[in-house]
Amino acid sequence: METVVFLISAAVILSGALGVIFSKNPVHSALFMVQTLFGVAVLFVLLEATFLAAIQVIVYAGAIVILFVFVITLLGVDRAEDLKVEPISGQRPLAVVLGASIFGIILTVLIVAVGGPTGEQAANIPIGDATDNTKILGEALFSTQVFSVELTALLLTVAVVGAVVLSTRPTKPLISTLEELQNDAVEDEPEEKGGE
Amino acid sequence: MIITTTWYLLLAAVLFSIGTTGLLVRRNPLIMFMCIELMLNAVNITFVSIGSHLNDLGGQLAVFFVLVVAAAEVVIGLALVVAIMRRRSRTNADDLKILGG
Repeated sequence: METVVFLISAAVILSGALGVIFSKNPVHSALFMVQTLFGVAVLFVLLEATFLAAIQVIVYAGAIVILFVFVITLLGVDRAEDLKVEPISGQRPLAVVLGASIFGIILTVLIVAVGGPTGEQAANIPIGDATDNTKILGEALFSTQVFSVELTALLLTVAVVGAVVLSTRPTKPLISTLEELQNDAVEDEPEEKGGE
Repeated sequence: MIITTTWYLLLAAVLFSIGTTGLLVRRNPLIMFMCIELMLNAVNITFVSIGSHLNDLGGQLAVFFVLVVAAAEVVIGLALVVAIMRRRSRTNADDLKILGG
């Protein structure tokens, strides 16, 4: 049973990944990526990481891909890339060779480490049942990893602020001279907000 | 045939290689971002499978943080793409060579 599920989801993941890189239309790429992400979520369920499977579907397939599709619609879908044109000569073969060699390197590591990973275990938190997964993960996150959680909160705040700064249309240069700043302080007129 | 951890690692290796190749081949910045997401997913599979193999929750915790970083990266990256595309209409990473100075 596990074998069948693994093989099917592996086929789903790999066909989706190939679809992402071979689609001319960016929207098709985004949909193929949803396929890959769902396959990965199934693998997470198979590995009894149930919370991560749910997060994978909600955050990746639900938020990130939607963001991609939203940006594609914003920029226009009519710019299908012509895959036959090769901008830099010899780039495609080189890229394929590089990808294959990275695969070779990882494969070598896998073969050298016969019998799978055998590292010494650190003092760890054992994985409980699949039913306990969310509880154990939450306890670990907010006890041993609490500093990292706070850091991710900071990261997300910076990302949101950065996205807002990047997406507002500047009405004047971002770096003002001192003189301009003084003029602004004197005039203090309500400036027109950018945005479409 | 029993599925061992090695199978998961092999699948992750293939997925990572596909992502790398796509990142190098495609010139549309959006699809390049999607390829980065594919590579991150390959790493996530590795983390969870090795964590499951060693009975260690650390793998799943790492995946949690990878997810957060991926979300932040996509937000900033897409904002950059939109900001660039407002000035230049073509969607091609090669056109940004002007950034080299």
